[in-house]
Amino acid sequence: MSDTGKSVVFRGGGFAPKSRRWVGLAVFVGLIAIAEWGTRSGWISALTMPKPSDVLETFRELYDSGLLFKHLGPSLSRLVVGATIGVSVGISVGVLIALFSYIRSGLVPLVAAIFPIPKIALLPLFVIWFGIGEGSKYALIAFGTFTPTVVATYGAVDNVDRTLIRMGQSFGLSWWSIVRKIVLPGAMPGILSGLRISLAIAIILLVAAEMLGAEFGIGAYILEAGSLYDLERLFAGVVILSLLGVIVSSLIGLVELWLLDWRT
Amino acid sequence: MDIRLDNITHSYDDFEIMRDISLDIPSGQIVCIVGPSGCGKSTLLRIIGGLERPSSGAALQLGEPPAGCLNPLTYIFQDFALLPWRSVAGNVSLVLEDHGIKDAKAQAIIDDVLARTKLADFSKALPKQLSGGMKQRVAIARALAVNPAVMLMDEPLSALDSQTRELLMDDLVDLWTRQPFTAIYVTHNLAEAVRLGHRVVVLSRRPGQIREVVDIDKPLAERAFGDADLDSHQKHLWQLMRDEARAADAELINV
Repeated sequence: MSDTGKSVVFRGGGFAPKSRRWVGLAVFVGLIAIAEWGTRSGWISALTMPKPSDVLETFRELYDSGLLFKHLGPSLSRLVVGATIGVSVGISVGVLIALFSYIRSGLVPLVAAIFPIPKIALLPLFVIWFGIGEGSKYALIAFGTFTPTVVATYGAVDNVDRTLIRMGQSFGLSWWSIVRKIVLPGAMPGILSGLRISLAIAIILLVAAEMLGAEFGIGAYILEAGSLYDLERLFAGVVILSLLGVIVSSLIGLVELWLLDWRT
Repeated sequence: MDIRLDNITHSYDDFEIMRDISLDIPSGQIVCIVGPSGCGKSTLLRIIGGLERPSSGAALQLGEPPAGCLNPLTYIFQDFALLPWRSVAGNVSLVLEDHGIKDAKAQAIIDDVLARTKLADFSKALPKQLSGGMKQRVAIARALAVNPAVMLMDEPLSALDSQTRELLMDDLVDLWTRQPFTAIYVTHNLAEAVRLGHRVVVLSRRPGQIREVVDIDKPLAERAFGDADLDSHQKHLWQLMRDEARAADAELINV
C-alpha cells in the first residue's frame, strides 16, 4: 500500500428522488412534437392519429363558437355535485366503519362487494331510479367516488395514532370532540390521498354518465366525436379531461399544502 | 384528594399481570413506581386513570378534588401525545375547549402554564419544530392547564436523552417546589425515582406485587445530581430489583 492511501469508494446516494421542475412539461412537449412531426412527415397516417396542430385548431373553434363552455358547464356541475355527494357520504361512512365494530363488520364486506362493480354497467338502473335527467348522472359519479373514498377513509382512521385518542379520553374530551379534533385531522393525509383517486374516477365516470340523455357535456362531446370517427374532436375532448385531471390534482396538492403543513 | 389502590389484581385472559396491589397515595407527594419490564406498572397507571378496568379490586379517589380542577386525574405520556397539527398554545387550549373555557379566560390560563414551563416564546410553534424536551414541557403545560388533583406520569422522561432528562427533572422539582402537586410517577429509571419520589414503590416481576416501599425524606429541592445518600437509596433499590429484572429479562414474551 502506498502512503497516499486509496480513497473510500462512495456507495451511498440514490433512492431519494427529488422534484425537477420543467421535466414533466418537457415530456409533454416532446411527445406532442414527435406526434406533430410524424403526422406531418407521413410516417404516422392521418387515420392513426390526428395532427396535434389540427386538434389545437379544433379546440380553438370550440372556444370561439362558445360551445366549449356550453359543454364544460354541465360537465363541471355534474362532476362537482356527484363528487361532493360521493366524497362526503364516503368520508362519513368510512369514519363510522373505522369507529364502530358492528358497522365495520356489516359494511366492510358490502363495500368490498360494491367496489369491483363497473359503475358504467349500472347506468341503465340509475336512469330508472333517478330519471334520464341530471339525477342519474349525479348518482353514477357519486356512487363511483363513494367506494374508494370509504376504503381510503377507514384505512386512514385506522392509522390515526391511538395514543392521541387515549390522550383525548384521558383529558375527558367528549366523543364528538375526539372525532372532530383528533380523528379527522389525523386521518386527513390518508383521506386526501384517497381523494386524488376518487376524483380521477369521477372524471372517468363523467364520460359514462353522459352516455345517456345528455346533449351537452364533455363526455357527450367525446362520445359523439367517437361515433363519427372525428379524431380531432375526440382528441380535443380527451385533452380537456386530461387538463381537468391535472387541475384537480394540483388543487388537492394546494389543499394538502394548506391543511397538512404540520407534517414533518 | 388522595388515591387509594384497593387490592388491585389484573389479568389479560389467563395471564396474570399484577396481584393484590394496595397502596395509598397521599396528596402533595410524588410516588414513584419502579419495577422490571413487564411488571404491569404502566397498566397500573392506566387503571388509576380510568383508561383500563382492573379484573378485581378498585382504584379509589378519597375526598373531593380541589375547586377549579377540570380533570382530576391527568396523564403525562412517554411519547408526549401532542397533536402535531396544533400549535403549542393550541395543544393546551384543546383540553380547555371541552370545558367551555374560551377566548380571554383560556388565553390567561394558556399564558400562565406556558410561562411556568418556560414556553412563553414558543406558543405559536408547531410540535415538529420543538425538541423532545420542549415537547414534553408542552405536555406538562397542558396537564397543568386543567389543574389536576393527581398527575399520572408514564415514563415521562424515557424518550429523552440523558442531558435533557436532567434538565427536565430540575424543571419538575422547581414546579413542585413552587406549588406542590400529587403525582404517580412510573419509571424504570432508578435515578429519576430517587430524585423525584417522596416514596418509591418497588414492584416484583410478573405478576407484579409490591415488594417494598421506600420513603425518601430528603426534601426535593435539596436533592442534586450524584447525591451520596440518594446513591445509597438507588443502590438499595437496584439490589431489590436486580434478580427480578434478570429473571424478567429471561422470560418468553407472550403478551
